[in-house]
Amino acid sequence: MQNFKIIGKDDLLSVATQMKYDHYRLAQISCTKKDKLDLVYSFVKDYDLENIRIELEFDEEIESISGIYSYAFLYENEIKELFGVKIMRISLDFNGTFYKIKKTESKNGEVAQNG
Amino acid sequence: MGNRTIVPFGPQHPVLPEPIHLDLVLEDETVIEAIPSIGFVHRGLEKLVEKKDFQQYVYVAERICGICSFMHGMGYCMAVENVMDLKLPDRAEFLRTIWAELSRIHSHLLWLGLLADAVGFESLFMHCWRLREEILDLFDMTTGGRVIFSVCKVGGVRKDIDAEKLKKIVEVLSNMDSSLRSITKIFLSDTSIISRMSGVGVLSPEEAFDLGAVGPMARASGIVVDDRLLGYGAYPHVKFEVQTATEGDCYARTKVRINEIFESISIIKQCVSLMPSDTAIDVPVKGNPDGEYFARLEQPRGEVVYYVKGNGTKFLDRMRVRTPTFANLPPLLHTLKGVDLADVPVLVLTIDPCISCTER
Repeated sequence: MQNFKIIGKDDLLSVATQMKYDHYRLAQISCTKKDKLDLVYSFVKDYDLENIRIELEFDEEIESISGIYSYAFLYENEIKELFGVKIMRISLDFNGTFYKIKKTESKNGEVAQNG
Repeated sequence: MGNRTIVPFGPQHPVLPEPIHLDLVLEDETVIEAIPSIGFVHRGLEKLVEKKDFQQYVYVAERICGICSFMHGMGYCMAVENVMDLKLPDRAEFLRTIWAELSRIHSHLLWLGLLADAVGFESLFMHCWRLREEILDLFDMTTGGRVIFSVCKVGGVRKDIDAEKLKKIVEVLSNMDSSLRSITKIFLSDTSIISRMSGVGVLSPEEAFDLGAVGPMARASGIVVDDRLLGYGAYPHVKFEVQTATEGDCYARTKVRINEIFESISIIKQCVSLMPSDTAIDVPVKGNPDGEYFARLEQPRGEVVYYVKGNGTKFLDRMRVRTPTFANLPPLLHTLKGVDLADVPVLVLTIDPCISCTER
């Protein structure tokens, strides 16, 4: 099975900086919403895959890594909008307009109509 | 400083079969910035995994995209099979590889046709799609479907290809060779096509890496990256070269895709000649997935990442797909800077955008 390295949210920027320094490419960022928010950052170098996992409470904030990996803004806008993750200081923040979705699901499962 | 204007490009545009919007900030006729806007047809297919069990979801995954539908099903199945520790029969791996490479040929021919259309070469567009039609006929013959095949399942494939049909595949591909060479020669040597593409939208190797480019977009900038080298399917058993170019412009991206068509034909012919004689094409699937896995495979547009997380029930906790077009948007935005407005449609097309994939 693949390895998932668990880190704290405060270590994210230093880990991402090290990955960039080691010539890893950011392959994706995903979020799974269960009891907590489960973020997985995947980095690829040649054909080696490294997964970094961070668990967040629903109201916790996390820093954007778009200052390190410029193209992370796409993934971050996506999970901010679809999962409600509070990502701070995204280089290009669409503020909830990245996807033109009509409904937003809150953490307790309620569905609200947008616009 | 010249006059600054913002020109909206899309979501409806002749070169865009699917909706994506770019705000092009122009200084006179030159693009100085492009701001993307997607999500016009977001379908929430990832969330649908909460309602469909892990076997049913193969049908959903196939519908993420109509061009590489087989590879979406295959990527999802690979991820689940890795979680469940399933080892497929060799014949199933070879069959999957044949269908995957046929999908690559069909996708690249479709794209070449669209490119010909974008540069105003209507007859070339028709010739490309005529050849693509022959690949669709092979899909029809081997799977019963031309767009969505539903032959991939967790644990293997649903249909075998008998010796007669394998022979027919090789025959069709061999007969296509001369037509393919004469058509692709036009793309690579016609003065007007070269003048539209050469030196336009240049992406250096450093930029390609820094912006996370994948697939032909990265390979055209000299980066040797191809997930088929990871060794899934039948790829460890066949010989193929990763097609690259160094120019990093629209012409290089076209050249890489054209060379990949011939490489795919070679891979299919090798698969047919090496096809294992055992008759098993699937393995029994017992239990439910419990664990998580990232599967990566090389689609026509580049690396796709499939993530599945199972909880021991028949419903997955999460299914996530990162499509190649999503990864290639930042390189596109970068290459748009500095090009003439008239070159934007061709440049947008050379990333081979699949918005259907992006809007999964």
